[in-house]
Amino acid sequence: MTGILMAGSAELDFFIHGVFSYELFGQTFWITTTHICMLIVMLVIIAFCVAVNLALKKAGEIPDGLANVAEMIVDALDNMVAGVMGKNAGPFANYIGTIFLFILLSNISGIFGLRPPTADYGVTFPLGIMTFTLITFNKFKYQKVKGVIAGLCDPWPFWAPINLIGDIAVPISLSLRLFANVLSGTVMMALVYGLLSRIAIAWPAVLHVYFDLFSGAIQTYVFCMLTMTYINSAIDG
Amino acid sequence: MEYNTNFILGCSAIGAGLAVIAGIGPGVGQGIAAGYAASAVGRNPGAKSDVTSTMLLGQAVAETTGLYGLLVAMLLLFVKPLVP
Repeated sequence: MTGILMAGSAELDFFIHGVFSYELFGQTFWITTTHICMLIVMLVIIAFCVAVNLALKKAGEIPDGLANVAEMIVDALDNMVAGVMGKNAGPFANYIGTIFLFILLSNISGIFGLRPPTADYGVTFPLGIMTFTLITFNKFKYQKVKGVIAGLCDPWPFWAPINLIGDIAVPISLSLRLFANVLSGTVMMALVYGLLSRIAIAWPAVLHVYFDLFSGAIQTYVFCMLTMTYINSAIDG
Repeated sequence: MEYNTNFILGCSAIGAGLAVIAGIGPGVGQGIAAGYAASAVGRNPGAKSDVTSTMLLGQAVAETTGLYGLLVAMLLLFVKPLVP
């Protein structure tokens, strides 16, 4: 168990645990609690999508019940993307909506007793890399190579290394922000349950509302907002 | 010179405590952001929702530096990089 990132402890339990290991190409890999919690989150999203799909097929002119809820969610997400990206919103509304739902459900899964998957740097760093890929791709697509080089040598040509470091810092700071926020919530809850376990009756619910619901929702919003802002500035130059 | 592991662990704990002092900065920054947001709402109550969302976004970004301090503390305490 100690091979998985952090050493285990008897009382404080906010660590990533290995569930079972397997051999692949001579290396030992672990299926950890992160994988399982992420699978549960994805299954919840997929089940919701299937249910909505069935409801939409049956729905008539006036939507009711589940179709109404789905329409509300999609409308809210589309409005959020359109409000930030303006005319560039079109192709990105789906991607932003998807990662918004995934990160939101991952963050608030702590309330259901799971270890939030986003409290693992292995989950948030790929999200940051995806944002970085989108930024770079759109930069080259809309500003062409000439514009990218011009942007790199913005005040003077010898400033280029510093601009390059600034570009590379974007995914790292994005992913570390999400990771550290969710991790701090997880650690606080583990401290409350681990060290105050005798008197932790009912009142930790208030802390759950703050650390899981409020903080998780804010960080989801921030991640999506920053992703949209960066992509927008990559498109507009 | 030879140091034993307990000495290194104690120094790591002190270093972790020092690293979390980074939380002062975001505290001051978030307070300033909240104060200006309050005065903005006082001047223009109609823009309350816009001001609130902008304030929360700015505060969440300002929080990052404090969280870096937290990460350093967690690394020192649980990953124990200095223990040979």
